[in-house]
Order: sequence, then C-alpha cells, then structure tokens
Amino acid sequence: MNTPLAQAAASARPPAQEPLLSIRVVEKRFGRRMVLRGISLNVAPGEFLTILGESGSGKTTLLRLIAGFEQLDRGEIWMGAERLDHLPAYRRQVNTVFQSYAIFPHLTVFENVAYGLRAKGAPQDEIPSRVNQALAMVKMEEFAQSSPSRLSGGQQQRVALARALVNRPRVLLLDEPLSALDANLRRQMQIELKSLQREVGITFLFVTHDQEEAMALSDRIALLREGVLEQIGSPREIYGHPVTAYAAQFIGQTNLLRAEVRDGIAQAGAIVWRSFGPPGLMMFSLRPECIRVVPPHALRLTPDVSVARFRGSIRNQTFGGAMDLLEIDCCNSQIIRARIPDPGPVNGEVEFEFEAKDATRVRETGPEN
Amino acid sequence: MYSRAYKAAVTIPPLVWVVAFLLIPYTTLFCYSFWSVSASQTVVHNWNLQNYVKLVHDPIYVTVLLRSMMIAACVMTCALLLGYPLAYYLSFYATKRKDLLYQLVIIPLWASYLVRGYAWKTILGTDGVLNGLLQFLHITHRPVEFLLYSPFAVILTLTHIYTPFAFLPIYASLEHVPRNLVEASHDLGASPWATFRRVVLPLSLPGAIAGATFAFVLTFGDFLAPLLVGGNSGIMIANIVASDFGAAFQWPIGAAISLCMLLLVVTILFSTERLERRLKLS
Repeated sequence: MNTPLAQAAASARPPAQEPLLSIRVVEKRFGRRMVLRGISLNVAPGEFLTILGESGSGKTTLLRLIAGFEQLDRGEIWMGAERLDHLPAYRRQVNTVFQSYAIFPHLTVFENVAYGLRAKGAPQDEIPSRVNQALAMVKMEEFAQSSPSRLSGGQQQRVALARALVNRPRVLLLDEPLSALDANLRRQMQIELKSLQREVGITFLFVTHDQEEAMALSDRIALLREGVLEQIGSPREIYGHPVTAYAAQFIGQTNLLRAEVRDGIAQAGAIVWRSFGPPGLMMFSLRPECIRVVPPHALRLTPDVSVARFRGSIRNQTFGGAMDLLEIDCCNSQIIRARIPDPGPVNGEVEFEFEAKDATRVRETGPEN
Repeated sequence: MYSRAYKAAVTIPPLVWVVAFLLIPYTTLFCYSFWSVSASQTVVHNWNLQNYVKLVHDPIYVTVLLRSMMIAACVMTCALLLGYPLAYYLSFYATKRKDLLYQLVIIPLWASYLVRGYAWKTILGTDGVLNGLLQFLHITHRPVEFLLYSPFAVILTLTHIYTPFAFLPIYASLEHVPRNLVEASHDLGASPWATFRRVVLPLSLPGAIAGATFAFVLTFGDFLAPLLVGGNSGIMIANIVASDFGAAFQWPIGAAISLCMLLLVVTILFSTERLERRLKLS
C-alpha cells in the first residue's frame, strides 16, 4: 500500500521518534505585549515543519528564540538532550537563512560560505572542498570569487542557503526566505528547497505567511495566531479537518456555516444535513470543491440526509482554468462559494449538493486571553 | 530645462568664492615663497629657491616639522583609542542612555577652543589643580613641572579637543553596520570578539580612517594649543609660520613652510579618501 495517499497519511501522524527539537511552554513578551503564549512544539529529525501565521502572530519571534537572538521569558527549548535556551547564539547547532539574506558585503561569496567553518575552526584543508560542495549544491560554484553586491536577490538567497547548510546544522531555520523573490522565481525556489531538504536530510523549520507555500513544502504546519498555536498537523490534515474557523479560513478557502444541530440534523438557513455529535449552535467548514451541481433531472430516490441539497442562483462566476469559482446566493442572503469543474455557463436557479461528512465542525473561538 | 540666468545665478557665487578665497590667496602664497626679504626689511621680488633650500638645510624646521607630525600621530592614536570604543559602546550597547551620552560627547564642541585650552593650563600648571592634588595626596613634595609646557601637554589638550571629531565619523559608520550581519555572524558560530574582528571592524574601517584623518590633519595645523600649553619644547610647525608672518617678518619663508604643509595635508587627504573608497567598494 505504497500509494501517495498512504504516504501522506503516514506523514500526517505525529512523529513517533524522539523529537530533535522540543519547545516547551515558551512565553515571550516585548514590554507589555505578549508575543508568544505557552507554545509547545516538537520537531522530528528530518522533518520539514512550517510555522505559518499572519504578520504579528509571533512566528518570527519563535524562530529568533530558537536561533538565540532573543531571550525567552518562560519555558524551555531543548535540542535532543541539550538545553538550548541557556546557550548564546554562537554555541547553538542551528543556522538561519535570514529574510534579508544578511550576506557579508565585505567578503566574497566563497568567504561568506566559509565564514561558519572558519569561525568553528574547521581544518584549513577541508574548507575549500566543503565550500565548493555547498556552492555546487545551490548551483553557485561559478560565482565563488564574486562580490555579493553583484548578485541578484535570488542568487544572494542561494548563497545564504549554502552559507547555512555548509555547517551541517542539526536544524535549519528559514525566516520567510522567499518573500522577497518574484512569483516565478519563488515557485522555482520552493521546488529546489524541498528537493534540497530531501537530499541533505536536515530538519527545516520554515517561517512563512503564505499558506500555499506552507502547503506545498511542509511535512507539518504549525499554525500560529496572535502568539498561540492554533493547530498543528500535516497540510492535508489541517485542510481536511481544521480545528477552528480561523484555521479553516487561513488554510485554503472555505464556507463557514453556522448551523443549529438537533437530533443529529444540522440546519443552516435552508440547508439541512446529517451531523453527529453534541447539539446546539455549531460552526461548520465546507470546502468549495466539496459542492457539486445536481444534474437537472436527477431524482432523489430515498430521503437521505447524508447528502445535503440546496437551491440557489449564481451571483458571480469566475473562470479559474480547471475549476470555476461560483458564488451561490441561497435564500436569505446566504452566500456559498463553490468550486466546480467545467460547469459551462450557469444561469438562473440551480440545485447543488454536498456530502454531509464534508461539513467539518470547527471551533469558533479564537485564542483564550 | 533651466534658464541661462538660473544657471548663472547658481554657478557664479561658488566660483567667485573659490577665486577670491582660495585661488588668489594661494597664488599669492606661492609667489611669496619664491621671494626674499632685503636688509631694509622689504620684500624683494627676486625669484629664487633659497627659502626651500633653507627649509631642508636648517635643522630647526625639520625638527619642528617632525615633532608636529609626531604630535599629530600621537593625538590621532589617542583619539582613535578613545573615540572608537566610545562610539562602539554607544552604537551597540547604550540603549536608553544613547542620546544623552551622544550629547555629552558633542557638548564640548560648543565650548570655545580657547576656554578649553586655558582650562588645561589651569589643570596642568605648577600651581594648577593636578599639582595641588598630587601634593595634597603626598605623592609629590614639589610641583611636577613636565605637566605643562611640554609636548605631553599639547598632546593631552589636542586629544581632548579633537577626539569628538574622530568620534563622529566612527559613530556614523558603526551605526550603518547592519545589525542582521552581527546576528548572522553569531548564527554561524562566531563569538562576540570574532564577530567584532571579522564583521564590525572591517565595515567601520572607512569611518575610522576618516576620524583618524580629521584628528591628524587638524592637529598638524594647530598653533593655539602649543602656544597655550606647549612652551619651548612643544612648539609646532604652525607656530613658526605664525611668527614668520608676524613679529619675525619672514613672509617668504613662512609661505614656503605653508605650501609644504599644504602639500602634505592634501596628499594625506587624497590617499585616505582613495583608501576609504576602495574599502567601501570591496
């Protein structure tokens, strides 16, 4: 059973091995502002873990705490059996790829990459071969003797990557490394980054605000919101089973339905479906691609609440290549977004349906204060 | 496009300035240096190289010139040794007190040069503050005389006066060192000392060179401090020029000395500027 799906399911499970990096109930405040509240997180060896969040969510601060550029106020950070948060930055076996690259302007590309090796006193005769190897890995060998000022942003990015990886860190920290690149270069670098990580087998801790990037690259995503860990899991897991309304909206597009649940039946406006679980007023997330158009003359043979049906008129239709995005106006101004493959022109009132199991219960509440 | 009148209005004033205050005086100086003074105390316009020959052969000029350069080098070294650590501390470690400390460095510049010169005279003199203290503490029994009227007094006074001039360009260059480079260096395993030596120092070198040049050139041409606290053994080359143009009435030789000093200073300025530019480019 070595299908891609099975592999995905395997990576969705929390890491079974001993964690390489362990963040334990970490708190950080700047003045009176609480930036991180009780963050606990384990990172497995060889994992590609993304810390995803909006600006101000504390994701960069968390990375800087691990690198040693900030001191935490409470909690502990461990790397294997070694307590990290008491060590100065230059004694930690982690390396950082900075958002602004932070290439030394007075040193050549070669000397930039050699910097860490020289600082740690690597044997002189080993340095050239290791530096060239690292530069080859990011396809920058021919620029070894160039001055960094002559390099483009993408090239500086590669040098920054080589400069960090040449030290063979146990964890590589990447602080929005691709955010300054244009869209095409960015996609290309994403692919390269992912294959590079597989090649070297180093644990990557990647910070970004771009959910698509996070989904494309990560083994697991840690979603951070206002200093609190909202949800952690594989991209598929978070997408398929978001725990909160925020997670559902932040990772992918979704419809949030507020429904009254009674006797195993959920009702949101005119839409009714089956829902197990506790009764009361509940929030559901329904992904746009879970909605189908009901063929014009299909008959519902048996009354069935495992499939919800509703009627609505199309308010807006956006062509999106493989799928069109429809904005469906159900009665009483309830708008549902649906992603439907090749629907052709849709006019007037149409009937739609979705599987009841695709409506996922989510928590409505944000972080507790 | 700008009108002719506008262009003229913008270009003529600086041109007039340069001609009136630089070109004419320096040409006059240049001419004087090839003339001589007759027995009847008038300047004779007989073109010759006597003044320059005298400069090279009379040991007094060479001695004082070398002493001036030695004093300038000492002041430069002291100003760097004081100014750099201060600027480094202020730029990297002073957080809340940064503005206050910066002002404390700058404020002495607002006090008159003469006041500061006289202050040192009062401190260093035989019945001065320092000698009073030494005798009060029974470290010495009679006043120590080498404190005042010596090259030491000149170096001390000028270090006090010119250290802020060295401090300012150093501070400016340190402020321009990107802090993420310091973080990157620590991240790559370099200790704070290694980070200073391999990142901060190289990147602030242009500022340090500019500061050193300021201290050296300003000291080299100084004549007030030696006048106030230098005594006979602290005389500098600018004092000789001043007396040649004053009581001694030796304008031609004074002009020759001035031109030599000018040549020296311009050479220093050009070479340090080239050095700074090369450091910034690489």
